[in-house]
Amino acid sequence: MKTIIRFLAIAFFSLLLTSPAKADQLLSARSSQDFEEAMSTLQAAIKNNGYQLSKVQRVDVGLQAKGYKTDKYRVVFYGKAEEIADLAAKHPELIPYLPLNIAIFSEENNTILAAGRPELLKEFFPSADLAPYFERWEKDLEKILDEVRETK
Amino acid sequence: MIKNIILILVMSLLDINTVLANPDGAKLFSQNCATCHGDNGAGGIGVPLALASFQSTISDDYVRKTIRHGRPGRIMPAFTQINDAEVEAIVKYVRAWNKTKPIAFSQELIKGDPVHGKQLFSKYCASCHGANGEGGKGTGVTFSRPRDLPIMAPALHNPGFLASATDAMIKNTLIMGRKGTPMISFYKHGLNEKDINDIVSHIRGFEKQPVSESATILETEQAILSVDSPYDLQTTIENVKNAATSHNFIFIREQTLDSGLVPEGTENPKQHIIYFCNFNVLNQALATDPRVGLFLPCRITAVEQNGKVRLYSVNPKRLSKIFNNSALNNMCDEMTKQYKTVMEEATF
Repeated sequence: MKTIIRFLAIAFFSLLLTSPAKADQLLSARSSQDFEEAMSTLQAAIKNNGYQLSKVQRVDVGLQAKGYKTDKYRVVFYGKAEEIADLAAKHPELIPYLPLNIAIFSEENNTILAAGRPELLKEFFPSADLAPYFERWEKDLEKILDEVRETK
Repeated sequence: MIKNIILILVMSLLDINTVLANPDGAKLFSQNCATCHGDNGAGGIGVPLALASFQSTISDDYVRKTIRHGRPGRIMPAFTQINDAEVEAIVKYVRAWNKTKPIAFSQELIKGDPVHGKQLFSKYCASCHGANGEGGKGTGVTFSRPRDLPIMAPALHNPGFLASATDAMIKNTLIMGRKGTPMISFYKHGLNEKDINDIVSHIRGFEKQPVSESATILETEQAILSVDSPYDLQTTIENVKNAATSHNFIFIREQTLDSGLVPEGTENPKQHIIYFCNFNVLNQALATDPRVGLFLPCRITAVEQNGKVRLYSVNPKRLSKIFNNSALNNMCDEMTKQYKTVMEEATF
């Protein structure tokens, strides 16, 4: 009986570990909301998933000020203060990739979001103690993008 | 108790198996494809998948292999992390747009004269697909900036295309054309079957040639660039600003790493990000691929730790790979060189 239970438990957890659908190195989403609505949804989704907004880089404003024609384009930086402080102290080499960010830009009536896949950081920084962070960020980012994608 | 545990595990297994056996094609398409191909397959930066003339001249296998192989250097990634059932669900969803009888193309190679095919290719195909089949300039109607054509001519000299399209499919496309795109029927244009076989033979010959520049991905191991500074933190920060400015960048702002995340006045003063930008380069980069804004404007971080100061930045050359867009290669390579120059000057 114990063997059966062990087998079933292993099978169960193996299935749980089956990787979900993923593109290769970028995560992206198309939102049917216009830019302002999608931006608002994104900011709410970031907070809903336990993160804090750090900065919104207004790329379009900068470009327009210099005379370039551009669509609406922002880069949203986000993170968790304690986590970033801890990681930056232990792994300063990770700092160029912190805080995490998502590019958001308009495409006619839709809005596109794009972000680097956090799990890719495992390849960049193969330290065992960092892997759990990257894996969690990946799941959270997928949830954030799903929220934006599914909000009509 | 044990019976209950077994029951729960078995039920859970059955439930998960049901989910895995029946992935939701619409949801998977929305998650993985819609950003480029549009929610309804109307296209954008990616091919308009729902286009009737496209659907009627491709096979399920072409879609399946395209998902798996992608198009190196042409934005379409190889979806290696989704399982077979998920790929099939996407294929089924995409192929539901086809209103004609499904085609299964022969796997057999078509015999033709590649030398004559090359001449015909230069005359009839190169103006759109490039002299060496490298594809139209750019990678499609950009996300936010429409180009002149409704669709960019695909790169035929691309390992992903050649692995996905059989000779019979290429021949059929040449015969039928793609209504709604600039691709015309070459039968109607006066070519005969032998001519078309010769062109197919030339296209298949791309497999034996070196990888096209448009399918080339920058390769580098370094994810970051970093340099030790002999100066104190504040001097190093000023040096970065001066070095960036002397290389045609405009200084944008300086902030701590934790700015906005912690209450004002409690930021860690030993981790400073210096933002700078060359707006002309930024504009060009965003016109090429708007996703590249992820690591623009430029930034270098100065960190003081245990009394030592060090500069860090991302390595644009490594990040170029994540966009799978060969049109960014030169820009990212150049950006890496500029980052290195600025960091070296700041710490000289």
